[in-house]
Amino acid sequence: MRALAARRDRARAWMRTVGTLIRKEFRQVSRDRVMLFQIFAIPIIQLLVLANAATFEIRDSRMYVVDESHSTASRDLTRRFAASNYFVLDGVSADAAPADDRLLAGDVSLILHLPEDFDRRLARGEPTAVQIVVSAEDGAAAGIVAGYARTIVAEYAAARADGPGHPIEIRTRGWYNEELDYRQHMVPGILVVLVTIIGTLLTAMNIVREKEIGTLEQLNATPLKRSEFIAGKLLPFWILALVELGFGLVAARLVFDLPIRGSLLLLFAAGGVYLVVALGIGLWISTLAETQQQAMFVTYFFLMINLFMSGLFTPIASMPAWGRVVAEFIPLKHFIEISRAVLIKGAGVDTLAVPLLALVAMVVVVFTVAVRQYSKTAS
Amino acid sequence: MSASPDGAGRRRVLSVLGGFIRKETRHILRDRQTLAVLLALPLVEVLLFGFVIRTDVENVRVGFVVPTPDEATAALVTRFRGSDLFTPVGTWSSTDPLPDLFERNRLDQAIVLAPDFGADLGRGTARLLIITDASDPNTGSAMTTYAEQVIRAYERDAVGGSASRAVGAAAPGSAGAARIDPRIRIRFDPTLESRNLFVPGLIALVLTIVSALMTSIAITREKERGTMEVLLVSPLRPWQIIIGKVAPYLLLAFINVLTALGAAWLVFGVPFRGSLVLLLLESLLFILVSLALGVFVSTRAESQRAAMLGAVAGLLMPSTLLSGMIFPIHSMPAWLRPVTNIVPATWFIEIARGIMLKGVGWSHLWQETLVLALMAAVLTVASVRNFDTRLS
Repeated sequence: MRALAARRDRARAWMRTVGTLIRKEFRQVSRDRVMLFQIFAIPIIQLLVLANAATFEIRDSRMYVVDESHSTASRDLTRRFAASNYFVLDGVSADAAPADDRLLAGDVSLILHLPEDFDRRLARGEPTAVQIVVSAEDGAAAGIVAGYARTIVAEYAAARADGPGHPIEIRTRGWYNEELDYRQHMVPGILVVLVTIIGTLLTAMNIVREKEIGTLEQLNATPLKRSEFIAGKLLPFWILALVELGFGLVAARLVFDLPIRGSLLLLFAAGGVYLVVALGIGLWISTLAETQQQAMFVTYFFLMINLFMSGLFTPIASMPAWGRVVAEFIPLKHFIEISRAVLIKGAGVDTLAVPLLALVAMVVVVFTVAVRQYSKTAS
Repeated sequence: MSASPDGAGRRRVLSVLGGFIRKETRHILRDRQTLAVLLALPLVEVLLFGFVIRTDVENVRVGFVVPTPDEATAALVTRFRGSDLFTPVGTWSSTDPLPDLFERNRLDQAIVLAPDFGADLGRGTARLLIITDASDPNTGSAMTTYAEQVIRAYERDAVGGSASRAVGAAAPGSAGAARIDPRIRIRFDPTLESRNLFVPGLIALVLTIVSALMTSIAITREKERGTMEVLLVSPLRPWQIIIGKVAPYLLLAFINVLTALGAAWLVFGVPFRGSLVLLLLESLLFILVSLALGVFVSTRAESQRAAMLGAVAGLLMPSTLLSGMIFPIHSMPAWLRPVTNIVPATWFIEIARGIMLKGVGWSHLWQETLVLALMAAVLTVASVRNFDTRLS
């Protein structure tokens, strides 16, 4: 009984100390106007602006027509391209030189080249070749542009043929994102990245800063326990990051009409676990680094790897096999997977067990390493 | 003061400046750990991401819902199996298991055949539905197109073979009457290798960071420690202090360009169709812009922490997303396109891709170059002015 009371007292003392530390960090942050702006305004502004940038959607792709045939047929096909939502006609000419120049300058991304006998062969029912030149500069978009162009040509050919349609009628449906709205796909990911950047940077700079200023020595001289110290350094930024995540979700809901199909509780629980990992790594970098410059550079490297290997911009499935294995060790990959699945697909705990467990395993590893590292620094 | 027009004065200023640059360089060289990180990490990043960042869609996991299996449906499944792009993962008799499979991310696409598909095809009209996980719209629409192509190829064979009699004259005669054969040619990168496009962008990102971040931190550190005051009372003028701080990083960043380009060429076989000298000069210009940006950040930020938050949080995502590195600029909404112009990386990426992939020269790139030069000038003037006001 007495042992229990003693334990309770100890727990209370622990919480009191950690509470004081948290208040101290909060006060430091709130006193600094610039930092408040950097922590709260920059990520939300970026979320609202950048979410619009992350798209492979094709609209108003500029095209040039080299029309050697000068016929009703060639004009009809040109009109079909211009009338589609995908292409804007940049110019038409009889020879190829100006078109090539426009393509080299990057002013057009597609050239449609209609041969001299285009109309004649069509009328006679002979197969006709048209050349479509696509600039590869836009990467993934180039393939889509070529696909649209092929579809428009095929539709025109079918209209000319006016024979019976295809024997197989194909209907298509895109589940979870019927309108193919990129923002639905990107907003959860971008939000999570922004929260990660802020949270990791703040923790990574924290301890090493105290080292540089010399206040870490003072802290080490106090009777502060290791667990109290780490909790006091981690919790304030963990709370900040979670608040930020909530802010971002509200903004995304209001501005982008982001669907929230699954459980918000699940999302925040997963977010809480994930942020412990991300901030724990920040803390570990901070104990490891000698100077803030070092801490910053290593954090930056860590953030870049998270950014490009998490499947945020390019699908994990497109990576080479070893890349897919490496991606499993990227904390951000798991949390982006969870947030996309919860928000867009409405997935529940049972379907997300694998990424959730991966995050929990990472918490254990990160903590063991960070605590070890800190005890070495302290001695 | 010391910048008197006579030769002796100028020489003295230069030797003081030279000494200062030497001192700064020695500082960087002494910190072996940071130096190694600065030289190695950019290279590792370009190599790693060059392999990993790809948008090509392959290994599409496709499932089939076949209510009435027969020879025709089996032939369709076999078609998919024969394609390199698709990996059939199973066949079900109803659509019930699909939502769970999609949610668990076990399936990318499902081909749902109508009941009596085979018999209907024999009669000339059969129906099917392609369901695609479109939560990633780019991959989603690509997968839909690929599946349609496989089905159309199957249809041609089915109709050309047994079913052709049922469809009658439709197939060979009249459909051929308007056959237009589009020959697609992809210019500048016929294989559509994603990495050829991403490598210039990656180099830009790495340069931005090495230059902008390292300088801004190096300068704010002096401020934080109070040693900036000492520098300011020295005979060095503000612009000389800036040059002294920046010069070693210029060299470092240039080494990064050389190693990254070398790796891109050796490991990835990224083409260099244009002038290498021009590319290196343009890189140098871009480094100057980034350095100027770093100096500008540092004149505004009071602490290293503020400089770093500003530089990383303010630069990382915008330079990735607004520069056209991954997402094409003309896919963006009209109001956003002008915004991309203020990101220096946008211009460098256009220049680097122009030289490396298209082999274009000065005549196509002078405008972009001019913009970068202007950015460097504006940022430098703004930072020197900021620096001066701090003095008074």
